Amino acid sequence: MTDASNAAPLREKKSLLVVDARTKKRNAAEARFKMYGIIAITLGLLFLAVLLTTIISRGTGAFTQTFISVPVELREDKLDKKGNRNLEDIKKVSTFGYNPLLGDALSAVIAEGGFTTEITKSKELRKLLSSSAVGQMRAYVIENTDQIGQTVTFDFFASSRVDGYIKGRVTREDLARDKNLSAEHLDLVDQMIEAGVVRKKFNPSFIFGADASESRPEQAGLGVSMLGSLFMMLVVLFLALPIGVAASIYLEEFAPKNRLTDLIEVNISNLAAVPSIVFGILGLAFFIQFCGGYLGIAAMKASAPLVGGLVLTLMTLPTIIISTRAALKAVPPSIRDAALGVGASKMQTVFHHVLPLAAPGILTGTIIGLAQALGETAPLLLIGMVGYIASNYPDSVLSGFTDPNSAMPAQIFEWAKRADPAFYERAWGGIIILLVFLMTMNIIAILLRRRFERRW
Amino acid sequence: MSGIVLLLIVLGLGALAFILARGKALSSVGGDQRALHSRPHYYGFSASILTIAPAVALMVVWGFGQSTLVQSSVAELIPASAIAEGQTVGLLMGDVQRIANGLDTAVAEGALSSDAAATLSTGADDIRGILGSVGVALGADVDPAILKAAQSYRAMQSSGATLRMIAVIGVALLGLTYGFMQTSATYRARNSVERSMRWTLIAAASVAVFTTLGIVFSVIFNTIEFFQLYPAKDFFLSLTWSPSFGGGSELGVFPLLWGTLYISLIALMVAVPTGLFSAIYLSEYASPKVRAFAKPLLEVLAGIPTIVYGLFALLTVGPLLVNVFGDGGILGVNWMQGGTAVMTAGLVMGIMLIPFVSSLSDDIINAVPQALRDGSLGLGATPSETIRQVVIPAALPGIVGAILLAASRAIGETMIVVLGAGAAARLSMNPFDAMTTVTAKIVSQLTGDADFASPEALVAFALAMTLFVITLGLNVIALGIVRKYREQYE
Repeated sequence: MTDASNAAPLREKKSLLVVDARTKKRNAAEARFKMYGIIAITLGLLFLAVLLTTIISRGTGAFTQTFISVPVELREDKLDKKGNRNLEDIKKVSTFGYNPLLGDALSAVIAEGGFTTEITKSKELRKLLSSSAVGQMRAYVIENTDQIGQTVTFDFFASSRVDGYIKGRVTREDLARDKNLSAEHLDLVDQMIEAGVVRKKFNPSFIFGADASESRPEQAGLGVSMLGSLFMMLVVLFLALPIGVAASIYLEEFAPKNRLTDLIEVNISNLAAVPSIVFGILGLAFFIQFCGGYLGIAAMKASAPLVGGLVLTLMTLPTIIISTRAALKAVPPSIRDAALGVGASKMQTVFHHVLPLAAPGILTGTIIGLAQALGETAPLLLIGMVGYIASNYPDSVLSGFTDPNSAMPAQIFEWAKRADPAFYERAWGGIIILLVFLMTMNIIAILLRRRFERRW
Repeated sequence: MSGIVLLLIVLGLGALAFILARGKALSSVGGDQRALHSRPHYYGFSASILTIAPAVALMVVWGFGQSTLVQSSVAELIPASAIAEGQTVGLLMGDVQRIANGLDTAVAEGALSSDAAATLSTGADDIRGILGSVGVALGADVDPAILKAAQSYRAMQSSGATLRMIAVIGVALLGLTYGFMQTSATYRARNSVERSMRWTLIAAASVAVFTTLGIVFSVIFNTIEFFQLYPAKDFFLSLTWSPSFGGGSELGVFPLLWGTLYISLIALMVAVPTGLFSAIYLSEYASPKVRAFAKPLLEVLAGIPTIVYGLFALLTVGPLLVNVFGDGGILGVNWMQGGTAVMTAGLVMGIMLIPFVSSLSDDIINAVPQALRDGSLGLGATPSETIRQVVIPAALPGIVGAILLAASRAIGETMIVVLGAGAAARLSMNPFDAMTTVTAKIVSQLTGDADFASPEALVAFALAMTLFVITLGLNVIALGIVRKYREQYE
């Protein structure tokens, strides 16, 4: 004590309001520390902003496409030599037979518009158009045989180079090394734009159409793979929801505390963290090799949405179980006690009272699980959904589950792998569609939670 | 197809059982429900379960048994002379199945009569042409022994299917009868139904266990097969990865592990500071308004599918980095040859992991009792001193767990590295070099054109096993730490 009283006078006398050097240092450290936090959050939000602006700025182009409207005379002497409109005879004319008609029609467009160009060869002129143009004509003629002999105006896709030129992706310098198009073509395109023959407009076939081969990016669409995703999500919904809910009910309401329960719990939390690619391995080895190959179940084959759905079901289960258990836990015990008190069995208590009260929470968790499954790509790579060109719509609902198909994220990956940069634009566009789906699902989940959330 | 029909028949019988048993229960008490032990529909369900459950179980077991039996007896039919050099019975069985399925299709489409399909012979008929006309393409002409095997395969399968139909319907009818017989006013139907329901719930809960088992088995069997073709010592210790599909590949896992760890390290260097400081700011400093705004937005990053990040790495971040660090770039250093590199994948993966680290740490920091903070602040510490010297040390085990979980995520991430990291397996220190990872190689080895039985394809399973073991280990440790930490403050 004496030491303390001796030391006291040594202390500098000074107002508390005057900040000394050490306090300054501490305050500066405080401000710095707070700054780090703000920087970190800003950085995170900045990344988000950059990501979203990149997606939108690079992807919106995919929704519009350049079209060239060309009046084509469907000459009878080429398409139906016998003149009796026999469908079989008309079908015999391959797309090759339509080429001259298209060339002539393009020459006519040039002559009529008074465009000046060095290009005269039909083959060179046709390079302005997508190679799907003749197929489009043929399909039209087979559909409308009465139009043979008439002049019909078609809206053809411009070739992907022309489209790229109009969207600013392809420049004249690029074409010096490109066999597919030359600068003269672009001069012609410039004149055609002025005359209104070439127009950029909304392209619904990107959203609803089928994928096309590597050489026709302008024709590729996401529609078929969207169906593939839809069928997979149906499988996930109809398997993961009941299994997940049943598992959660058991673990939350019935399970005794024993070894088996512990094992199941540990398994569920571990499965939630297993890399998704490992589920792909499971799909390949168990569903495709064992069930499809060894047991000979025909529906279990590579690229089938059924297999994809099964794999995604196993992946989604932990998510659904975890959220369902939380929802069940939130129902107060008084509800259970009341039901048991009036003579309901344990099972009746759970199914008649607890489950309906937990339903909104379960639904929210399920939608979020589905959204996760919808965006998952890695396991689909291994079960063969990438590399499959989804160019045909499934014939029926049943074959939608078993016929090879692609899925939205797999289709996007497939486009990202292709060499032609025109596909990159479509990949970004596909991402916009995918994100719109995910956003809608999440918003529905949030609204459901807001609308039905109960505080006990 | 016959399976689905059979299932529908069984379900129909189940519905019939429900109606009959419910009716019998009601009529036995003259319509006075109070005299029954259980409510009437429980009697129906009880009989229904007795009808459906054993029949469906038999169907499944029969399916397994029949394919095993048929496969082995058909395999015996293939003479040793028909097995060419470099082929196995397994591969020929694939041909047999393909031809048998092709014949089925041909019969279904009317290209063949069912008698003709059973008596075709390679000499007289153009099998390839017939099957080709119904869309089943065969690589080569059909060996007579294979055709014979395929025909007997079809015969056995169809007689098996008939037998199965009889047996399954028989069991269902037996169940129906028994269920109907035991229905009486005193029968405890509700208890029996609830017992079955309980077993169903247990079965659903065990799906998680079976999934894990399925993963382990599908990886292990193929890995063992791989190690029979390729020495395990070389796989784990060799420093070269150069698969060549002609044979003579060197399949050392080390360069892949190096790439994986390097990319994960960069990702964690981005994600951990950013995520941790975000979590600290959000939980300790931010006003409720800022929190309500920033937290969901950060979590949007977690909801974006990985394919989007992969594309972002490939098409945006890669070219950007080349512009800075590449040949003729802003810095004038020529470190980076192409857009795909460890740095590209690492940075983007780091962005992906930010919300993961921040939301986990946020939970953990919030779990630190307020009393600790109050004590520290009361002694005159500034908020930052409180956080650094009290909150973080208290939360440290949990934060370490969160970081380990993030590391496990990074190691198992596939799409970003497939698109952003490159394909060359090399051991290099330069973060701007292209390297490849375990996950990327699993994809490339299994999606190539390699023969499925070759070591080049099977190595993917050994890689998957390595990956599974590493991530499982990390997860178990991390979850253990997190759980222990939670208990500490509960």
